[in-house]
Amino acid sequence: MRDNVLMRVIARWNIPFMITFGAYTQVHGELGPGGGFQAGIIVAAAFILYGMVFGLPDMRRIVPRRLTDVMALLGVMIYAGTGVYALAMGYEFLDHAALIESDPGAAEAWGMTAVEYGVGITVFAVMMTIFNEITEGTHEEGAASEG
Amino acid sequence: MNAYLILDVVLLALLVLTAIATVEMRNLYSAVMMFSIYSLLMACFWMTMDAVDVAYAEAAVGAGISTILLIGTLVLTGSQETVRRAFSPAALAACLLCGALLVYGTLDMPAFGDRNAPAHTHPIYEGYTRQDVPKDPAGKSGQVAADHNSNFFHGHVPNQVTSVIVAYRAYDTLFEAVVILTAGLSMILLLRGRKGNPQRGGLL
Repeated sequence: MRDNVLMRVIARWNIPFMITFGAYTQVHGELGPGGGFQAGIIVAAAFILYGMVFGLPDMRRIVPRRLTDVMALLGVMIYAGTGVYALAMGYEFLDHAALIESDPGAAEAWGMTAVEYGVGITVFAVMMTIFNEITEGTHEEGAASEG
Repeated sequence: MNAYLILDVVLLALLVLTAIATVEMRNLYSAVMMFSIYSLLMACFWMTMDAVDVAYAEAAVGAGISTILLIGTLVLTGSQETVRRAFSPAALAACLLCGALLVYGTLDMPAFGDRNAPAHTHPIYEGYTRQDVPKDPAGKSGQVAADHNSNFFHGHVPNQVTSVIVAYRAYDTLFEAVVILTAGLSMILLLRGRKGNPQRGGLL
Protein backbone atom coordinates (compact mmCIF):
# COMPACT_ATOMS: atom_id res chain seq x y z
CA MET A 1 0.00 0.00 0.00
CA ARG A 2 2.96 2.28 0.61
CA ASP A 3 3.74 2.23 -3.11
CA ASN A 4 0.24 3.22 -4.12
CA VAL A 5 0.56 6.84 -5.23
CA LEU A 6 -3.18 7.46 -5.32
CA MET A 7 -3.70 6.30 -1.75
CA ARG A 8 -0.73 8.29 -0.51
CA VAL A 9 -1.88 11.52 -2.15
CA ILE A 10 -5.50 11.15 -1.04
CA ALA A 11 -4.48 10.28 2.51
CA ARG A 12 -2.03 13.14 2.66
CA TRP A 13 -4.73 15.58 1.57
CA ASN A 14 -7.45 14.13 3.79
CA ILE A 15 -5.72 13.53 7.12
CA PRO A 16 -5.26 17.21 8.07
CA PHE A 17 -8.92 17.89 7.34
CA MET A 18 -10.00 14.84 9.36
CA ILE A 19 -7.98 15.96 12.38
CA THR A 20 -9.27 19.53 12.04
CA PHE A 21 -12.85 18.29 11.79
CA GLY A 22 -12.30 16.09 14.83
CA ALA A 23 -10.95 19.04 16.79
CA TYR A 24 -13.94 21.13 15.70
CA THR A 25 -16.31 18.39 16.86
CA GLN A 26 -14.53 18.24 20.20
CA VAL A 27 -14.40 21.98 20.84
CA HIS A 28 -17.95 22.54 19.60
CA GLY A 29 -19.41 19.63 21.56
CA GLU A 30 -21.70 21.53 23.91
CA LEU A 31 -22.77 24.09 21.30
CA GLY A 32 -23.80 21.86 18.42
CA PRO A 33 -24.05 18.23 17.48
CA GLY A 34 -21.03 16.15 18.25
CA GLY A 35 -18.90 15.85 21.32
CA GLY A 36 -16.05 13.88 22.78
CA PHE A 37 -17.18 10.46 21.57
CA GLN A 38 -17.50 11.39 17.92
CA ALA A 39 -14.40 13.60 18.02
CA GLY A 40 -12.24 10.86 19.49
CA ILE A 41 -13.35 8.44 16.81
CA ILE A 42 -12.78 10.89 13.95
CA VAL A 43 -9.26 11.76 15.11
CA ALA A 44 -8.46 8.08 15.71
CA ALA A 45 -9.71 7.28 12.20
CA ALA A 46 -7.32 9.90 10.80
CA PHE A 47 -4.32 8.31 12.53
CA ILE A 48 -5.45 4.80 11.57
CA LEU A 49 -5.74 5.90 7.93
CA TYR A 50 -2.19 7.17 8.21
CA GLY A 51 -1.12 3.83 9.61
CA MET A 52 -2.83 1.88 6.84
CA VAL A 53 -1.30 3.94 4.05
CA PHE A 54 2.16 4.72 5.38
CA GLY A 55 2.72 1.63 7.51
CA LEU A 56 1.98 0.78 11.11
CA PRO A 57 5.54 1.33 12.42
CA ASP A 58 5.34 4.95 11.27
CA MET A 59 1.98 5.39 12.99
CA ARG A 60 3.30 3.87 16.20
CA ARG A 61 6.26 6.23 16.13
CA ILE A 62 3.85 9.20 16.10
CA VAL A 63 1.37 7.71 18.59
CA PRO A 64 3.26 5.17 20.69
CA ARG A 65 1.26 2.54 22.49
CA ARG A 66 2.54 3.72 25.83
CA LEU A 67 0.96 7.10 25.05
CA THR A 68 -2.45 5.65 24.17
CA ASP A 69 -2.35 3.44 27.30
CA VAL A 70 -1.82 6.49 29.46
CA MET A 71 -4.37 8.57 27.53
CA ALA A 72 -7.12 5.95 27.92
CA LEU A 73 -6.74 6.08 31.69
CA LEU A 74 -6.23 9.85 31.76
CA GLY A 75 -9.54 10.55 30.00
CA VAL A 76 -11.60 8.59 32.50
CA MET A 77 -9.64 10.22 35.31
CA ILE A 78 -10.47 13.70 33.97
CA TYR A 79 -14.15 12.79 33.90
CA ALA A 80 -14.19 11.17 37.34
CA GLY A 81 -11.87 13.92 38.60
CA THR A 82 -14.54 16.58 38.02
CA GLY A 83 -16.84 14.51 40.22
CA VAL A 84 -14.24 13.95 42.91
CA TYR A 85 -13.43 17.67 42.91
CA ALA A 86 -17.13 18.42 43.48
CA LEU A 87 -17.13 15.95 46.36
CA ALA A 88 -14.07 17.60 47.87
CA MET A 89 -15.76 21.00 47.64
CA GLY A 90 -18.80 19.71 49.52
CA TYR A 91 -21.12 19.23 46.55
CA GLU A 92 -22.63 16.03 45.25
CA PHE A 93 -20.58 13.75 43.00
CA LEU A 94 -20.42 15.14 39.44
CA ASP A 95 -22.19 18.39 40.38
CA HIS A 96 -20.20 20.65 38.11
CA ALA A 97 -21.52 23.75 39.82
CA ALA A 98 -18.59 23.23 42.22
CA LEU A 99 -16.09 24.41 39.61
CA ILE A 100 -17.02 28.11 39.87
CA GLU A 101 -18.97 28.64 43.06
CA SER A 102 -20.11 32.17 42.23
CA ASP A 103 -21.55 31.22 38.83
CA PRO A 104 -22.97 27.69 38.76
CA GLY A 105 -24.43 28.09 35.26
CA ALA A 106 -21.06 28.87 33.73
CA ALA A 107 -19.47 26.20 35.92
CA GLU A 108 -21.87 23.68 34.42
CA ALA A 109 -20.69 24.62 30.93
CA TRP A 110 -17.05 24.33 32.00
CA GLY A 111 -17.75 20.99 33.62
CA MET A 112 -19.35 19.71 30.43
CA THR A 113 -16.36 20.88 28.43
CA ALA A 114 -13.98 19.03 30.77
CA VAL A 115 -16.12 15.92 30.61
CA GLU A 116 -16.22 16.05 26.80
CA TYR A 117 -12.43 16.32 26.67
CA GLY A 118 -12.12 13.36 29.03
CA VAL A 119 -14.44 11.23 26.91
CA GLY A 120 -12.67 12.33 23.71
CA ILE A 121 -9.23 11.39 25.04
CA THR A 122 -10.40 7.99 26.25
CA VAL A 123 -12.27 7.15 23.03
CA PHE A 124 -9.32 8.20 20.86
CA ALA A 125 -6.87 6.14 22.91
CA VAL A 126 -9.10 3.06 23.07
CA MET A 127 -9.80 3.11 19.31
CA MET A 128 -6.06 3.33 18.64
CA THR A 129 -5.46 0.49 21.11
CA ILE A 130 -8.07 -1.76 19.53
CA PHE A 131 -6.64 -1.15 16.05
CA ASN A 132 -3.07 -1.67 17.29
CA GLU A 133 -3.84 -4.93 19.03
CA ILE A 134 -5.95 -6.34 16.19
CA THR A 135 -3.36 -5.63 13.52
CA GLU A 136 -0.23 -6.63 15.42
CA GLY A 137 1.27 -9.94 14.45
CA THR A 138 0.17 -9.63 10.83
CA HIS A 139 3.06 -10.97 8.77
CA GLU A 140 4.28 -7.56 7.65
CA GLU A 141 3.16 -4.80 9.94
CA GLY A 142 2.47 -2.39 7.11
CA ALA A 143 0.10 -4.80 5.41
CA ALA A 144 -3.03 -3.94 7.35
CA SER A 145 -4.97 -2.79 4.31
CA GLU A 146 -3.80 -5.29 1.73
CA GLY A 147 -6.08 -8.04 0.51
CA MET B 1 -45.86 14.96 -3.47
CA ASN B 2 -44.13 15.49 -0.18
CA ALA B 3 -40.37 15.79 -0.71
CA TYR B 4 -39.61 14.14 2.63
CA LEU B 5 -41.75 11.15 1.69
CA ILE B 6 -39.80 10.67 -1.55
CA LEU B 7 -36.53 10.99 0.36
CA ASP B 8 -37.65 8.44 2.95
CA VAL B 9 -38.83 5.95 0.35
CA VAL B 10 -35.59 6.24 -1.63
CA LEU B 11 -33.41 5.92 1.48
CA LEU B 12 -35.36 2.96 2.84
CA ALA B 13 -35.28 1.18 -0.52
CA LEU B 14 -31.51 1.70 -0.70
CA LEU B 15 -31.18 0.44 2.89
CA VAL B 16 -33.01 -2.79 2.08
CA LEU B 17 -30.97 -3.29 -1.11
CA THR B 18 -27.73 -2.71 0.78
CA ALA B 19 -28.75 -5.15 3.52
CA ILE B 20 -29.54 -7.85 0.96
CA ALA B 21 -26.27 -7.17 -0.84
CA THR B 22 -24.35 -7.46 2.44
CA VAL B 23 -25.79 -10.90 3.07
CA GLU B 24 -25.30 -12.09 -0.50
CA MET B 25 -21.69 -10.93 -0.91
CA ARG B 26 -19.21 -13.81 -0.90
CA ASN B 27 -16.15 -11.57 -0.78
CA LEU B 28 -15.95 -10.31 2.78
CA TYR B 29 -14.13 -7.11 1.85
CA SER B 30 -17.06 -6.15 -0.36
CA ALA B 31 -19.45 -7.11 2.43
CA VAL B 32 -17.60 -4.77 4.83
CA MET B 33 -17.88 -1.98 2.26
CA MET B 34 -21.62 -2.63 1.97
CA PHE B 35 -21.85 -2.44 5.77
CA SER B 36 -20.16 0.94 5.59
CA ILE B 37 -22.60 2.17 2.94
CA TYR B 38 -25.47 0.88 5.05
CA SER B 39 -24.27 2.94 8.01
CA LEU B 40 -23.89 6.01 5.85
CA LEU B 41 -27.47 5.59 4.58
CA MET B 42 -28.63 5.20 8.17
CA ALA B 43 -26.84 8.44 9.03
CA CYS B 44 -28.70 10.17 6.16
CA PHE B 45 -31.92 8.70 7.49
CA TRP B 46 -31.28 10.04 11.01
CA MET B 47 -30.60 13.42 9.43
CA THR B 48 -34.01 13.50 7.80
CA MET B 49 -35.47 12.82 11.27
CA ASP B 50 -33.51 15.79 12.73
CA ALA B 51 -31.51 13.49 15.01
CA VAL B 52 -28.20 15.13 14.18
CA ASP B 53 -26.21 13.76 17.11
CA VAL B 54 -27.27 10.22 16.33
CA ALA B 55 -26.41 10.73 12.67
CA TYR B 56 -23.01 12.02 13.70
CA ALA B 57 -22.32 8.99 15.87
CA GLU B 58 -23.64 6.62 13.19
CA ALA B 59 -21.39 8.12 10.52
CA ALA B 60 -18.33 8.18 12.79
CA VAL B 61 -18.79 4.74 14.37
CA GLY B 62 -20.72 2.74 11.79
CA ALA B 63 -19.21 4.02 8.59
CA GLY B 64 -15.83 4.98 10.02
CA ILE B 65 -14.26 3.02 12.83
CA SER B 66 -16.15 -0.28 12.59
CA THR B 67 -15.26 -0.55 8.89
CA ILE B 68 -11.61 -0.05 9.77
CA LEU B 69 -11.74 -2.61 12.58
CA LEU B 70 -13.54 -5.16 10.37
CA ILE B 71 -10.90 -4.72 7.67
CA GLY B 72 -8.22 -5.18 10.30
CA THR B 73 -9.92 -8.39 11.38
CA LEU B 74 -10.22 -9.63 7.80
CA VAL B 75 -6.45 -9.29 7.41
CA LEU B 76 -6.15 -11.90 10.17
CA THR B 77 -8.98 -14.20 9.12
CA GLY B 78 -8.92 -14.12 5.33
CA SER B 79 -11.38 -12.44 3.05
CA GLN B 80 -13.26 -15.23 1.30
CA GLU B 81 -16.36 -16.73 2.80
CA THR B 82 -16.60 -20.49 2.63
CA VAL B 83 -19.46 -21.04 0.23
CA ARG B 84 -22.25 -22.80 2.01
CA ARG B 85 -25.70 -22.05 0.66
CA ALA B 86 -27.70 -24.56 2.64
CA PHE B 87 -31.33 -23.49 2.81
CA SER B 88 -32.85 -23.96 6.23
CA PRO B 89 -36.64 -23.64 6.52
CA ALA B 90 -36.39 -23.43 10.32
CA ALA B 91 -34.07 -20.41 10.13
CA LEU B 92 -36.36 -18.71 7.62
CA ALA B 93 -39.36 -19.33 9.87
CA ALA B 94 -37.49 -17.95 12.90
CA CYS B 95 -36.49 -14.82 10.99
CA LEU B 96 -40.02 -14.23 9.71
CA LEU B 97 -41.46 -14.77 13.19
CA CYS B 98 -39.01 -12.32 14.79
CA GLY B 99 -39.67 -9.78 12.06
CA ALA B 100 -43.41 -10.12 12.44
CA LEU B 101 -43.13 -9.67 16.21
CA LEU B 102 -41.04 -6.53 15.76
CA VAL B 103 -43.51 -5.06 13.27
CA TYR B 104 -46.35 -5.97 15.64
CA GLY B 105 -44.47 -4.16 18.42
CA THR B 106 -44.18 -0.97 16.41
CA LEU B 107 -47.96 -0.83 15.88
CA ASP B 108 -48.33 0.40 19.46
CA MET B 109 -45.82 3.21 19.03
CA PRO B 110 -47.07 6.79 18.50
CA ALA B 111 -46.72 8.23 15.02
CA PHE B 112 -43.46 10.00 14.18
CA GLY B 113 -43.66 13.63 15.33
CA ASP B 114 -46.86 13.05 17.29
CA ARG B 115 -47.31 15.93 19.77
CA ASN B 116 -49.29 13.77 22.17
CA ALA B 117 -46.73 10.99 22.35
CA PRO B 118 -45.87 10.02 25.94
CA ALA B 119 -42.32 11.22 25.41
CA HIS B 120 -43.67 14.78 25.02
CA THR B 121 -46.43 14.73 27.62
CA HIS B 122 -44.53 13.10 30.49
CA PRO B 123 -43.67 15.64 33.22
CA ILE B 124 -39.97 14.84 32.94
CA TYR B 125 -39.94 16.02 29.31
CA GLU B 126 -39.99 19.66 30.38
CA GLY B 127 -37.03 19.19 32.65
CA TYR B 128 -35.07 17.53 29.88
CA THR B 129 -35.67 20.04 27.13
CA ARG B 130 -36.28 23.44 28.66
CA GLN B 131 -33.09 25.47 28.69
CA ASP B 132 -33.84 27.69 31.70
CA VAL B 133 -34.30 24.88 34.18
CA PRO B 134 -32.84 25.68 37.60
CA LYS B 135 -30.49 23.18 39.08
CA ASP B 136 -31.61 21.04 41.98
CA PRO B 137 -33.25 23.58 44.35
CA ALA B 138 -32.57 21.43 47.40
CA GLY B 139 -28.88 20.98 46.65
CA LYS B 140 -26.12 23.32 47.65
CA SER B 141 -26.11 24.97 44.24
CA GLY B 142 -29.83 25.67 44.69
CA GLN B 143 -29.08 28.04 47.55
CA VAL B 144 -27.03 30.14 45.18
CA ALA B 145 -29.94 30.10 42.74
CA ALA B 146 -31.85 32.62 44.82
CA ASP B 147 -29.46 35.46 44.06
CA HIS B 148 -27.91 34.34 40.79
CA ASN B 149 -29.86 34.32 37.57
CA SER B 150 -27.08 32.34 36.00
CA ASN B 151 -27.90 29.24 38.00
CA PHE B 152 -29.66 27.86 34.96
CA PHE B 153 -28.57 25.87 31.99
CA HIS B 154 -29.98 28.73 30.00
CA GLY B 155 -27.62 30.06 27.37
CA HIS B 156 -24.66 28.00 28.44
CA VAL B 157 -25.35 24.73 26.74
CA PRO B 158 -27.50 25.27 23.67
CA ASN B 159 -27.19 21.65 22.58
CA GLN B 160 -29.88 19.80 24.49
CA VAL B 161 -28.40 16.42 23.70
CA THR B 162 -25.12 17.28 25.41
CA SER B 163 -27.07 18.82 28.26
CA VAL B 164 -29.02 15.62 28.79
CA ILE B 165 -26.03 13.33 28.35
CA VAL B 166 -23.53 15.19 30.52
CA ALA B 167 -25.64 17.07 33.06
CA TYR B 168 -28.79 15.05 33.67
CA ARG B 169 -27.23 11.67 33.05
CA ALA B 170 -23.67 12.24 34.22
CA TYR B 171 -23.35 8.87 35.97
CA ASP B 172 -24.58 7.06 32.90
CA THR B 173 -22.04 8.77 30.67
CA LEU B 174 -19.23 8.28 33.18
CA PHE B 175 -19.75 4.55 33.17
CA GLU B 176 -20.05 4.52 29.38
CA ALA B 177 -16.57 5.99 29.34
CA VAL B 178 -15.49 3.28 31.78
CA VAL B 179 -17.02 0.63 29.50
CA ILE B 180 -14.97 1.95 26.58
CA LEU B 181 -11.86 1.93 28.75
CA THR B 182 -12.64 -1.66 29.73
CA ALA B 183 -12.86 -2.61 26.06
CA GLY B 184 -9.41 -1.17 25.50
CA LEU B 185 -8.01 -2.92 28.57
CA SER B 186 -9.49 -6.23 27.42
CA MET B 187 -7.81 -5.85 24.04
CA ILE B 188 -4.49 -5.19 25.79
CA LEU B 189 -4.85 -8.11 28.19
CA LEU B 190 -6.07 -10.58 25.55
CA LEU B 191 -4.08 -9.69 22.46
CA ARG B 192 -0.94 -7.84 23.53
CA GLY B 193 1.64 -10.49 24.15
CA ARG B 194 1.10 -12.63 21.10
CA LYS B 195 4.30 -13.72 19.42
CA GLY B 196 6.39 -11.13 17.68
CA ASN B 197 5.17 -8.38 19.94
CA PRO B 198 7.97 -6.29 21.38
CA GLN B 199 5.73 -5.26 24.26
CA ARG B 200 4.98 -8.80 25.31
CA GLY B 201 3.07 -9.05 28.51
CA GLY B 202 0.81 -6.30 29.34
CA LEU B 203 -0.12 -2.80 30.16
CA LEU B 204 2.30 0.13 29.96
